[in-house]
Amino acid sequence: MLELRDVSFAYTGTDWTWQHVDLRLDEGELVLACGRTGSGKSTLLGLFNGLVPHFTGGTLAGDVLVDGRSILGLPPRELAHVVGFVPQDPLSGFVSDVVEDELAYGMEQLGLPAQTMRRRVEETLDLLGIADLRRRPLRALSGGQQQRVAIGAVLTMHPRVLVLDEPTSALDPTAAEDVLATVARLVDDLGLTVVIAEHRMERVIPFADRLVVVHDGSVSVGEPAAALVDSPVAPPIVELGRLAGWDPLPLSVREARRRRTDLLARLREPAPPQVRAGDAVLRARGVSVAYKSFAAVREVDLDVAAGEVVGLMGRNGSGKSSLLWALRGAQKRAAGTVEIGGDDPATMSAEDARARVGLVPQTAADLLYLETVAEECAAADDQAAVPSGTCRGLLDRLAPEIGDAQHPRDLSEGQRLALVLSVVLTSSPLLVVLDEPTRGLDYAGKAALTAILHDLAARGHGVVVASHDVEFVAEVADAVVVMAEGEVVSRGPAAEVLAESPSFAPQVSKVLGPPWLTVPQVREALR
Amino acid sequence: MLARDLHPGAWWLWAIGLAAAATFTLNPVALLLIWAVAALVVMARRSEAPWALSFRLYVFLAIFIVVLRVVFRIVFGTAATDADVIVLHLPEIPLPEAARGIQLLGDVTLVALLSGFYDGLRLGAIVLCVGAANALANPKRLLKSVPPALYEVGTAVVVALTIFPQLAESVQRVNRARQLRGSPRRGVGVLRRVVVPVLEDALERSMTLAMGMDARGYGRSGRATARERLVTGVLMLVALFALCVGIYAYLDATAPRALAVGGLAVGLLTAAAGLWSAGRRVERTRYRPDRWRTAELVTAGAGIAVAIGVDRAYALDPFAVVPGLDGWPEVSPWVLAIIMVGALPAFVTPPPAVERGTQSPSPEEVVDA
Repeated sequence: MLELRDVSFAYTGTDWTWQHVDLRLDEGELVLACGRTGSGKSTLLGLFNGLVPHFTGGTLAGDVLVDGRSILGLPPRELAHVVGFVPQDPLSGFVSDVVEDELAYGMEQLGLPAQTMRRRVEETLDLLGIADLRRRPLRALSGGQQQRVAIGAVLTMHPRVLVLDEPTSALDPTAAEDVLATVARLVDDLGLTVVIAEHRMERVIPFADRLVVVHDGSVSVGEPAAALVDSPVAPPIVELGRLAGWDPLPLSVREARRRRTDLLARLREPAPPQVRAGDAVLRARGVSVAYKSFAAVREVDLDVAAGEVVGLMGRNGSGKSSLLWALRGAQKRAAGTVEIGGDDPATMSAEDARARVGLVPQTAADLLYLETVAEECAAADDQAAVPSGTCRGLLDRLAPEIGDAQHPRDLSEGQRLALVLSVVLTSSPLLVVLDEPTRGLDYAGKAALTAILHDLAARGHGVVVASHDVEFVAEVADAVVVMAEGEVVSRGPAAEVLAESPSFAPQVSKVLGPPWLTVPQVREALR
Repeated sequence: MLARDLHPGAWWLWAIGLAAAATFTLNPVALLLIWAVAALVVMARRSEAPWALSFRLYVFLAIFIVVLRVVFRIVFGTAATDADVIVLHLPEIPLPEAARGIQLLGDVTLVALLSGFYDGLRLGAIVLCVGAANALANPKRLLKSVPPALYEVGTAVVVALTIFPQLAESVQRVNRARQLRGSPRRGVGVLRRVVVPVLEDALERSMTLAMGMDARGYGRSGRATARERLVTGVLMLVALFALCVGIYAYLDATAPRALAVGGLAVGLLTAAAGLWSAGRRVERTRYRPDRWRTAELVTAGAGIAVAIGVDRAYALDPFAVVPGLDGWPEVSPWVLAIIMVGALPAFVTPPPAVERGTQSPSPEEVVDA
């Protein structure tokens, strides 16, 4: 169906992203592409429909065949009816405003008769379970719904191959499962060939027939269990299997659970979670936020002690971001009080507020505006009125290999986050608030971020992290607060809240049962 | 009336009509009325969509243009004669001989001020009409209504139009993020602080959109023979030539009217034929196309009526349309009544399909977006 023959690609000169790739994907196969951030997964995906090199530029050697026909030199539009490509952020790729029009767009380009279009739109709406959304504006849909519409929009062209770039990265666990279940059904029912690139592999691996690992300029293909043995990226369940010495490696929670008895016997009692109860840094009472008539946050109480990391979870749109902005004092509260170190940041001067609470927003790059890393750091020192070099020192601790002369936009997602975090931390705020910081980070990147946040906590900062990533929250948070519809629905120690919830339980906890949450915890108990 | 979105072409015709009317007149009362009519219709019929937010920016731009025009007239004064009413005595800054003919400051005459003011109002009205169309018509649906042959060009224009409203959204978000970091002490820094992230954001979005459209088959080439291409090319060239002659003849009062009308008519006809011929090779179809119904016809008609009406009024009574600069402008009730026709769409068109306020995006999305 899809074939790469001795393909090499370089964006500039002979700086090969990867070289001599041979790859053959058959009909009705679901393939997961994985690798570290910046390893060239997305580039590989773009090859299949001509986006690379047509849109990105670069040098391509070798041959790419779709259905036995070479597609070299063909622009993406000429392949639209064979290869359906779903970009990472569905909203920015939408060309119309209403679900129905979006589904029809591709067919209009193909010039299909009106009758066929009407029929296929109806069929696709049913296939993806979005028939009740047909007239809804695309912007008003939830993230999971948008993703399903984006998939539907390419399905109406009846492609043979579906390529998905990080389809679940912005979704909460339940919505992600919905989307993946839909994709798996397409493979079963329609015999589609599906290629998915995804950082959070644990979600996709149970569905994958084969794994494409992109690493260090080469690409290897194999059965998931075999390919994962030495893969540089691996989900927690595989890490657990490696730790326990299981062979072959378990790929699903069900497989692993059957073998857990011997592992459980080897484990000591887990160390009781350390209670880091310092003085209260944040005391929020009855915080409410309203947009016109819509209440985004309803009477939320939240306490954070010095040295504590609090994870904030909940569906997309449950009011997490609004709450964080309200804590920062940058979002008008409809009611309630916020005290950080005893005072309300909303009533302070901008400088004082920054010294109390530092917020890293979802689109962290919004904070950056200068040409080099050195300039950004100098500006941060200047604004916080601290000795020069403070920000650079922080950055070196977070991400040591960043050069002074680098442009902030050229940094990788993780490095940019580190830069923004250093800038925010320069004024050494009592409370550090992060909104969805793991987007685009691979497992190693998340581990580094976890270490940074634990380090901050150890220095007496309070930390609040909003995230969809259960594995990350399990590793980083001492306490977890779950929000729904703007209200707090549960709160407590991470072990209790996460392990008890079916949708928020991390893989280790699903396998071994509470109170086990993370691989490092198990590793600790094995010794 | 059932709520539905009007054909975007209808809004654009309406706006172009109003803008054309604005170019025909210098009467401040008439111009202000055009401002008011545009604003009224936008208020009545815009949706909650992001492009609708941009109207405010256009209003500020229009006001800025008026102020700038007047300030220019004050700074670059004109030599006053004895007959002129002098409003303001300012010291004249002597300029070297090389800059003769340019006067810095000096006496400000009423005529200069008024002509600057009227001129600014006119330019502002045109800007405002474009802004109104941009706020009312969904740019992405406008793209769907372009004749097939112009599809590629249409998209380039539409993407350009799309960036501006999205900028409004970006500015809101970046501005909000700005207070998370100290504001730079230097003046240029403040501007940079907002402009750099916003522009980068806009560029990135446009690239994603372009990629998404291409990946879904936008602009697939059809098959055209060399002969067909030749026919299309010749038709287009003839159309262009005829239109040029027609427009020239229309603007040049000494040219015969027949040449103007004939040129324009031949030009439009051959252009239509050329577009049809070029469109035949494009294999595209439409899913539930927007139809022209009564409300669309009324809207477009209202705009065109205003343009024709003001043009005719000038022929009948030039001073009511282009008033003298030596006193209070004459106001003709007829001209005002004609411009009021432009407000019809605020009352006779159906409301936009998504009712205001009921479908506001969730706050998380507001922050994401």
